[in-house]
Amino acid sequence: MTIYALATPVGRSALAVIRLSGTRAGDALKALTRKPLPTAREARVRPVFCPETGRELDQALVLWMPAPHSFTGEDCVEVHAHGGLAVVESILTALASIKGLRPAEAGEFTRRAVVNGRLDLTAAEAIGDLIDAETSAQQQQALRQMRGALGALYNGWRDRIKTALAHLEADIEFADEDLPGGLGQDALAGLDGLAEEIADHLADQRGERLRDGVSVAIIGSPNAGKSSIINILAKKDAAIVSPQAGTTRDVVEVSLVMAGVPVTIADTAGLRLSGDDIEMQGVVRAKRRAEEADIRLLVIAPDAPPGDAVDLLLAGDFCLGNKADLGPTKLKLPDGVRSVALSALTGQGVDAFQTILTETLGQRFGLAEQPALTRARHRAALEEALSYLQRADAARYRALELAAEDLRLASRALGRITGRVDIEALLDIVFADFCIGK
Amino acid sequence: MNEALIIGLEPNAAAQQPWDVIVIGGGHAGCEAAGAAARSGAKTLLVTHKIETIGEMSCNPAIGGVGKGHLVREIDALDGYMGRVADLAGIQFRLLNRRKGPAVRGPRAQADRKLYRQAMQVAVADTEGLSVLAAAVEDLILKDGRIAGVETADGHILRAGAVVLTTGTFLDGLIHIGEERIPAGRHGEAPARRLSQRLYGLDLKLGRLKTGTPARLDGKTIAYERLEEQPGDQPPVPFSFLTTEITTPQTVCHITGTTEETIALIAANVTKSPVYSGQIAGVGPRYCPSIEDKVVRFPDRMRHQIFLEPEGLDDDTVYPNGISTSLPSDLQDAFIRTIPGLEDVRIIRPGYAIEYDYVDPRELLPNLESKKVPGLFLAGQINGTTGYEEAGGQGLVAGLNAARRAGYQDPVYFDRAEAYLGVMIDDLVTRGVSEPYRMFTARAEYRLSLRADNADQRLTPKGIAVGLVGATRARAFEAKMQDLEAARAVASRLNMTPNRAAHYGLMLNADGVRRNLFDLLAHPQIDFDKMAAIWPEIAAWPEPIRSQIETDAQYAGYLDRQDADIAAFRRDENFVLPSDIDYLSQPGLATEIRQKLQATRPVTLGQAARIDGMTPAALTQLLHIAKKAALAAE
Repeated sequence: MTIYALATPVGRSALAVIRLSGTRAGDALKALTRKPLPTAREARVRPVFCPETGRELDQALVLWMPAPHSFTGEDCVEVHAHGGLAVVESILTALASIKGLRPAEAGEFTRRAVVNGRLDLTAAEAIGDLIDAETSAQQQQALRQMRGALGALYNGWRDRIKTALAHLEADIEFADEDLPGGLGQDALAGLDGLAEEIADHLADQRGERLRDGVSVAIIGSPNAGKSSIINILAKKDAAIVSPQAGTTRDVVEVSLVMAGVPVTIADTAGLRLSGDDIEMQGVVRAKRRAEEADIRLLVIAPDAPPGDAVDLLLAGDFCLGNKADLGPTKLKLPDGVRSVALSALTGQGVDAFQTILTETLGQRFGLAEQPALTRARHRAALEEALSYLQRADAARYRALELAAEDLRLASRALGRITGRVDIEALLDIVFADFCIGK
Repeated sequence: MNEALIIGLEPNAAAQQPWDVIVIGGGHAGCEAAGAAARSGAKTLLVTHKIETIGEMSCNPAIGGVGKGHLVREIDALDGYMGRVADLAGIQFRLLNRRKGPAVRGPRAQADRKLYRQAMQVAVADTEGLSVLAAAVEDLILKDGRIAGVETADGHILRAGAVVLTTGTFLDGLIHIGEERIPAGRHGEAPARRLSQRLYGLDLKLGRLKTGTPARLDGKTIAYERLEEQPGDQPPVPFSFLTTEITTPQTVCHITGTTEETIALIAANVTKSPVYSGQIAGVGPRYCPSIEDKVVRFPDRMRHQIFLEPEGLDDDTVYPNGISTSLPSDLQDAFIRTIPGLEDVRIIRPGYAIEYDYVDPRELLPNLESKKVPGLFLAGQINGTTGYEEAGGQGLVAGLNAARRAGYQDPVYFDRAEAYLGVMIDDLVTRGVSEPYRMFTARAEYRLSLRADNADQRLTPKGIAVGLVGATRARAFEAKMQDLEAARAVASRLNMTPNRAAHYGLMLNADGVRRNLFDLLAHPQIDFDKMAAIWPEIAAWPEPIRSQIETDAQYAGYLDRQDADIAAFRRDENFVLPSDIDYLSQPGLATEIRQKLQATRPVTLGQAARIDGMTPAALTQLLHIAKKAALAAE
């Protein structure tokens, strides 16, 4: 079937683009314009008619992109119409009346591009990321992935496994030929570095954090000044600031961009025991939120010691000694937690802290130098591949054919990321939340 | 010089009765085809030029190997001849990959060519329902587009319900020795020109391949005392599940290799080889290159290993494995004499390359029946394969299915998850061949399950169910399975704690968890003998049972995973595509895919997925087309 869809948002606008893909796309364009197809990939202005009634609908710019040199790899047509509600509606209705055409499902154009081998899955996913990108770092990461950098990395690993597997197989199949001794063992030894590379890649969270956003939790005793800190960071009154302890009963969130990274800062309820039931629930939620966050900012003050909250801190977190104007706050902190003195009231030390936090976010979660892991789907497959590689190594001296089996499975796991195998089952998952390219 | 062990029929007698199955050719494919057809209850006639050459090993005198040995075990599990015959004729047995795991161990044997021939002829003669006729088949007889019989060179018409063609390299065969060219039909064998013309006239797609063979040497002129000896295994591991002991006297092979002088001589004269002079167009096997190929492709390597394989116990002919060549005779003589031990050797006959036409096996269904001519089955080298074992395996499947075709029964297929036979035939009919096809274990996705040691467990029950397996083997199989079941019960019952194990010097994780025999054997430091010392009751287990238990233990985990993959594979395999779809008229498919589908006509969705260049999009479309066709049929 040939599919069609409006590629631009619904609503009044200067232009609206309608896309078609499939074997009937060319015929549909001829029916709409009552003219032969224009030269491939050259824009032409044509009156557009309803094929049934002959009524003129619009004056549009049309493009004819025959297979295989198109986005989907199929015959494609684009109609750049005027963006009026009636214009768009009438063209879509006209298309619906043409035999062999149907409206596209969500993500179907991209899906066709993948199944026709025009894109690998990581590139297709990156199109979604590119459309959703809100910061320039996200945009660069998505663009790099769309152009195939991540796919190339994973395919490169897969090729290395396949090469090793080929040596292993030679060792197995040609037992009675004078091949170099230990060929299979050597091939496996050659993959030692790969397991490390994959492990390092998995340990680097920058890609996922840049795509999904970094979560920062502000914790501390009631009245330590947490809400004031979030307001400074957000530069707006996101939370109610009041001198009375226990005002912030629940988790309040602010979203902002620091160092090109989308950051969600959550101001949590003051961590303290209280007879108030609502506040107790807030405390539980605040604790969970703090544990799940990428970075914790513990706010303390001379008149608000942290209590148990300090136990939540991990290396890489910050301890903000607020109300520095009232004097220093001494506290024993876990290793790797940085201490900053500031005053939300006077603004003392605030700029310095913002600079440090921005730098930290950029280093830990910003755009990586190398193509980075961006999705849980990739992570799961890479973890699987890594475990097979490790098992293959363990089987090295026991049974070469088991090591070979593990390498096959590792290669298959990697292939699943770029969509080289198991493609139908995989596509269903990948394209389910894929509402782009329509 | 050959004693006739089979009394052939008179042509008149053969022509008087209708046959169920006629098999043309008495090589490895032909014998297995005839045997399988006869065992399936078909009245079967094997037609060959010369009865004395039935079971001839025309290339190297060896059977089995990694992958190939698996095929022999499968043929044996289905009560075929090859394993039993090789056990009678084997004069040096080696289990290859002994130090690797059970899935890739391949039984192999040097065979005495005369003993092999004799044993095969006795096996054929002893098969009930199988007759033999010495005649040249000149033509196929077709009726309403179906096979109806064959015509012999002396004009006899033999009627049959199905015909199996196993004629090896006879289609336009051409031997090359240097610049000399000899049509292969010559060598005293009647040329089957009309039969060739008939096949060409059937509009089957053909391709051209080549293969080669080394010179044969006179063993009396080899200086063995200066060469490394390669003994066989002691005791030898037989091929057949029915063989308990090898009684044929055993011998040794010798190993030598090329020298700098050999390489220099060949390199200087490589243009005189027809492959490099452009005289040969056929594609040769990459895994079995001629010595010219080796010298050209690996110019820095001076020593290429050569196995000197005896052709028989009372035959001085030696097959120098590793130096197949088509250089002119005088050069062959010169370069062979540069090889240690062969300085004064006498060459009995020179090596040569042979080019031949083969039928694109994509012309065949998975039962090896021609799509264009119902009732005509093809097996062996004519399908683009190489090797006795590959030929024998196809012969068995073709013979079984020819019998079923003649008896109006449904075809019997073997799939990739149950047998190397299935892997091979699926590869052939789905992907075709680009070089002579040889079996490798790496071709099998489910290699850990498809082992030589469990071929009987995989296939004998199916063989019994379709009537291919005789009573003797069926009884032996049932007995083995009972023993195995008992042994597995014992292995699950016997157990010890880590503390107790430590008492025996076995270091296990001291977690207090009891380990049964399977768990213990899975441990890399623990072998069967250690266990047998602790539990004497298992020491008496016969070798097949013992190794099966060891394999179960060693592959635990891996096999579960593979079983899950097999289940997924079978889902696609069970989706049968209608046989009458006109793929060329399907607008939703790319032209290239349409043509491939039309040429291959996959039987199942799984097979379609394995066609080269198949895309997921095309498969989705195919599913749609098939469902629509199925609805229309209702």
